[in-house]
Amino acid sequence: MSEPFLQIIDVSKRFDNVVALNKVNLKIAKSEIFSLLGSSGCGKSTLLRIIAGFEKPDEGRILLDGKDITKLPPYVRPLNIMFQNYALFPHLNVTNNIQFGLKEEKISKEEINHRVNEILNLLELNGLEKRKINEISGGQQQRVALARCLVKKPKLLLLDEPLAALDKQLRVQTQFELVNLQYKLGITFIIVTHDQEEAMSLSDRMAIMKNGEILQVGNPVEIYEKPKDKYIANFIGTANIFNVLNKNNQIIIKELNYEVKNINYKENYFKCLIRPEKISVKKLENQSDNLNIGVVKEVAYLGSYTKYLIDVNGFEFYSFMQNSLVSDNLQIRWDDKVQISFNETSIYFFND
Amino acid sequence: MIKNFKKQNVWFVFTPYLWLVLFFFVPLALIFKISISVSEWGMPPYRDLFSLSENGLEINSTLGNYLFIFSDPFYIRSYLNSLSLALTSTVLCLLIGYPIAFYVAKSKTSIRNILLIMLIIPFWSSFLLRVYAWKVLLQGSGIINSILIHIGLISEPISMLHNHYAVILGVVYTYLPFMILPLYGYLVKFDLNLIDASNDLGAKPLNTFVKVILPLSLPGIVAGSMLVFIPVVGEYIIPEMLGGSDKLYFGKIIWDEFFVNRDWPIASALAMSGIVILVFPIIIFQLMYAKYNFRNE
Repeated sequence: MSEPFLQIIDVSKRFDNVVALNKVNLKIAKSEIFSLLGSSGCGKSTLLRIIAGFEKPDEGRILLDGKDITKLPPYVRPLNIMFQNYALFPHLNVTNNIQFGLKEEKISKEEINHRVNEILNLLELNGLEKRKINEISGGQQQRVALARCLVKKPKLLLLDEPLAALDKQLRVQTQFELVNLQYKLGITFIIVTHDQEEAMSLSDRMAIMKNGEILQVGNPVEIYEKPKDKYIANFIGTANIFNVLNKNNQIIIKELNYEVKNINYKENYFKCLIRPEKISVKKLENQSDNLNIGVVKEVAYLGSYTKYLIDVNGFEFYSFMQNSLVSDNLQIRWDDKVQISFNETSIYFFND
Repeated sequence: MIKNFKKQNVWFVFTPYLWLVLFFFVPLALIFKISISVSEWGMPPYRDLFSLSENGLEINSTLGNYLFIFSDPFYIRSYLNSLSLALTSTVLCLLIGYPIAFYVAKSKTSIRNILLIMLIIPFWSSFLLRVYAWKVLLQGSGIINSILIHIGLISEPISMLHNHYAVILGVVYTYLPFMILPLYGYLVKFDLNLIDASNDLGAKPLNTFVKVILPLSLPGIVAGSMLVFIPVVGEYIIPEMLGGSDKLYFGKIIWDEFFVNRDWPIASALAMSGIVILVFPIIIFQLMYAKYNFRNE
């Protein structure tokens, strides 16, 4: 990474003796879409509010573009935030909401009108200029909230659960629109979300947070394929986690009683992760086969793929199978015996 | 089922109107009747509107009472005094009440309830008693004078009672909760994110107040101001107990006409005029305001 654009250095924050953030360090590059992901109460929103300037950190510093902004009040910080509930001004119409921030700058009226029109076009809000906020749909409100921030040409845009208030179809569409918009404008985005799919599809990089600390930072592939611990593995997607035994240099996945000849293994790694889509199942035809045998406990047909819950010697795990690949699998029913197979390279070892 | 419900509904809707008719419009009509009657000695101290005599039906009605009060600057001045008292105390209540309401609305739920109870507790004691307490506090041998003398700030008691400042003090003290509670009602619903959003968009705290908080709490300001302004115009007890002879107020004049001069028609004409002058502009304002709000919702 080149010179970090936003640097968060040792930031801590307590509320009435409850630690919200504990020595958080982050470096975010220019023009990056960065997500802060975690369940509620993990400190992600507090971190966002500290970056915006609504909360002062107890310790630590925040550098934006090389400048220390820790002590600056929110109204002079060259960044904007889009709130989860949008926080649009109910007493103003769409245009007045969008130009609210421009009127606080010393800009000529022509310039304001020009920039407002530009942003109205960009976000396809034409025709809604005179509407009140409660006269437009949720999706339109979201775009007005975005327009109100972007019209200020911020160096950094903070988005607090930007898609949470939209229904599912609109959310997927808006995800792509957000990414396109960011690509077009080159503004650095920091997105707070609890929705792992949203984080995966939007971000260049993401940070997983828990109890006021950052557990792992990386791009979506790294986080998904190489989670640092069990918590992250379970938080992102579905995880099958097995125990690993090392018997005289024989590496054995305990629950499957399967010996791994893989070279990925390092000393003192006692757990391994195999993602469900990397485990395939096949209806058992001849008992003599050497591979592992499991019993199907649950089948969930989801259209493009099917989820199977497999039981091997009392240990349960998931297998997700693309329906396009093995149409035979549609025959698999509850309590059927199945063959389990996976590629050894898809086993990821980690240290608890 | 639905039929029954509808029957109940009719009563439900009409009970308040019945109340209004019985206890507001009927008395108002009676007062109006007296206001256009001719005054005379006796009980009641006015002549019946209609009487039968040798000449047939006689109507003893006059607009003279109204002409009389509008031709005498004494009455007009007292009404203006009351309006100015109401205006001054409404503004003062707003200036004092707004920060209090804002503070209460924005404090934590646990503290908020305690603060609200503290606001309401004075209502549990008699209104007369509370005004009388101010008399005790302000009088020459009262606590405030004693303290000031004791610490050597003054050598002789200063007269703080029986002037229109004492009246304003008493009115503001008494009516403050009527301003705070409706304001609180609006401010407690106020989305704090809007303040953050305004700050984030570059508005300094003062601009945020003027452009966001104030316009959005306007309905509360209007409601609170009405609740203070309207009753204060007719306020009688506070000027009577704390006021002096420097300013005469409308409520006291009506009282004097009724009970001292026993001129019921004049007193009634005063009361009617007061209502008409005050109520019609307020009704018009309310209608306009309701329309404006409706447009904004």
